[in-house]
Amino acid sequence: MTTTTPVEEDGVKRRDFLYIAAGGVGAVGTAMAIWPFVDQMNPSADVLALSTTEVDLGAIEVGSEITAVWQGKPVFVRHRTADEIAAAERDDTANLPDPQADADRVIKPEWLIMLGVCTHLGCVPLKESGDFNGWFCPCHGSHYDTSGRIRKGPAPLNLPVPPYEFLDDTTVKIG
Amino acid sequence: MSFQPKNPMVKWVEHRLPIVGMVHHALYDYPTPKNLSYWWTFGSLAGFMLVVQIITGIVLSMHYTPHVDLAFNSVEHIMRDVNYGWLLRYMHANGASMFFIVVYLHIFRGLYYGSYKAPRELLWWLGLVIFLLMMATAFMGYVLPWGQMSFWGATVITNLFGAIPVVGDTIVTWLWGGFSVDNPTLNRFFSLHYLLPFVIVGVVILHIWSLHTNGSNNPTGLDLKEKSDSIPFHPYYTIKDLFGLAVFLIFFSAFLFYAPNYLGHPDNYIPANPLVTPAHIVPEWYFLPFYAILRAVPDKLGGVLLMFGAIAILFLLPWLDRSRIRSARFRPIYKQLFWIFVADCILLTYIGGKPAEGAYILWGRIATIYYFVHILILLPLVGLFEKPKPLPASISEDVLAKKGSAGEASNA
Repeated sequence: MTTTTPVEEDGVKRRDFLYIAAGGVGAVGTAMAIWPFVDQMNPSADVLALSTTEVDLGAIEVGSEITAVWQGKPVFVRHRTADEIAAAERDDTANLPDPQADADRVIKPEWLIMLGVCTHLGCVPLKESGDFNGWFCPCHGSHYDTSGRIRKGPAPLNLPVPPYEFLDDTTVKIG
Repeated sequence: MSFQPKNPMVKWVEHRLPIVGMVHHALYDYPTPKNLSYWWTFGSLAGFMLVVQIITGIVLSMHYTPHVDLAFNSVEHIMRDVNYGWLLRYMHANGASMFFIVVYLHIFRGLYYGSYKAPRELLWWLGLVIFLLMMATAFMGYVLPWGQMSFWGATVITNLFGAIPVVGDTIVTWLWGGFSVDNPTLNRFFSLHYLLPFVIVGVVILHIWSLHTNGSNNPTGLDLKEKSDSIPFHPYYTIKDLFGLAVFLIFFSAFLFYAPNYLGHPDNYIPANPLVTPAHIVPEWYFLPFYAILRAVPDKLGGVLLMFGAIAILFLLPWLDRSRIRSARFRPIYKQLFWIFVADCILLTYIGGKPAEGAYILWGRIATIYYFVHILILLPLVGLFEKPKPLPASISEDVLAKKGSAGEASNA
C-alpha cells in the first residue's frame, strides 16, 4: 500500500500544518470581525467628551452641601464644619476597612468633594446620617464617616474622590 | 402510530417538509403517562404566558420611545391615549409576574417528582437556561418605563458585575455605555428586551424536543412500561391543559382588572432621578429570594457570588441527588425536606422584601445557609440513608390500586 501524503519522521503531515494555519487565520479573522460588535457598547465619543464640570462654591455655607453632576454621576460638594474635620482627622487611626487619611482625601480640609455613589452597588447615600454622622446608603446599609470613608456595611471602599482643582477661591473644576 | 395523511395537499407538503407530521406527533398522538396531575399543566401555561408576553410586547413597542427624556411619558401616553393601551400594558406588566408564578410552580413540581433525574438532565438544564433568560428579560423590561425603580434597579443590578476583581469596572462601563446608567443603557436594554424572548422561544423548542425524546415524568416517577401506561396527548391532555388555562386566566384576570398595580411599586410612577435614590428599593417579587441571599453576605463579592451560585448549583441537582427513586411520593424523608425547602424559599422571598436591618438580617442569613445546606448536604445524604417505600410495578398498577382503595372507602 502506498501513501499519497508524505509523512514526516515525527508523524506530522503537511495537511496538519495547513489545517492549523487555516484554522488559526480563521479564528483571528473572526475575532477581529466580532470586536466592533463588542466595542460599540463602550462609551461613545460624545459621552467621553462630557468630562469636566465647574462648580461655584460661593453660595455653599459652612455645614451644608450641594450635589453637582459629573459624567452623569452625583458629586457631593460639602463645606465641612470644624467639628466634622476634627472628627474625620481623629478617626484616621481608627480601624478602617479602606484605610486612608482625611488629608489624602481633600485639597482644602473645609471642602470635601467626592462621588455620591455608594461603592457597594451604586445608590446615592443620604447626607448627615448613619452611625458616623457622615453618609448612609439606604439600599443595603453602608455607613460612611465625615470624610466619606466606609466604616460599616457591605460597601468595600471609601466614596471615591474625583480629580479636581481649584480655579480660584470660589470655583472648582471637577474632572 | 405514525402520521398517515389522506388529504393529497397535506401529502404533497409532508413528502417535502414533514412539518404537519411533526406537530401531529407532538400535540396529538404523543404518548403521555395516563396519571399526570394538574401539576403538569404549568409547563403549557408557561408556554402560553411566553406567547402573551411576546404579543403584548410587540404592540407596546409600537407606542414606546426608548429615550431618557421620552420613555416615561411614552408609557403614560400608552396608559392614557393609546386605544386599550392600559389593558395591553397591564397585561404585559402583570403577565411577567404570572409567567414567573407558573414557572416557579413548574420548577418546584420538577423538584418534588425528581423530574431532573436521568434521562432528563439536559431537559432540566434547558429549563434553567430558560429561567435565566427570563430573569434577564424581565430585569431589562422593568428598566424601560424609566421610573425611579427602573433606574435604581438598573444601577444596582449592573453594579453587581463591578464586584468582579480587576475587570469589574471596565465591564460595568461597557454595560452602561457611559459612566452611569443613562440613555445608551436604556437603548441597549430595549434592543435586548426585544431580542431575548425569541431566544427563549428557541430554547423552549429544544426543551420540548428533549422532553419528547424520553417522555414526560409522572407522579409515580416510573417509566412507561406497558402500552396501557400511556394515553395520547390529544384529546386527554389538550383538554386538561385547556381547563387549567381557563382557571389560570381567572387568576390572571383578578390581578389584571382588580389589582393591576398590586405587584408593582408606586415609586416607579416617579420619573427617574439619577441624583436621588428612593429610601427603600426592592426588586420585583420574583427576584426577592435571590436579593435576600445577596444581602445576607456582608461582603460585596461574596454576596454576588452566593447569589449567582444559588442558581448555578441547581444545574448540579441531577448529580447531587443520590437517590434513584424519582418521585417524593416514595421518599418519606425527602418529602418532608422538600416542604421545608419550599418554606425556606418563601422565607427568603419575604426577607428580600424587607429592609436589611435588625432581625431580618439574622433570618436572611439562616434562610440563606439552609438553602445551600439543603441542596449541597441534605440532598446527597438523604439519598444514601433513606429507605424508600415500595414502588408499584407500573403506572397502571398504581392507578388501579388507587381506584380500588377509593372504591372500598366509598363502599364502607
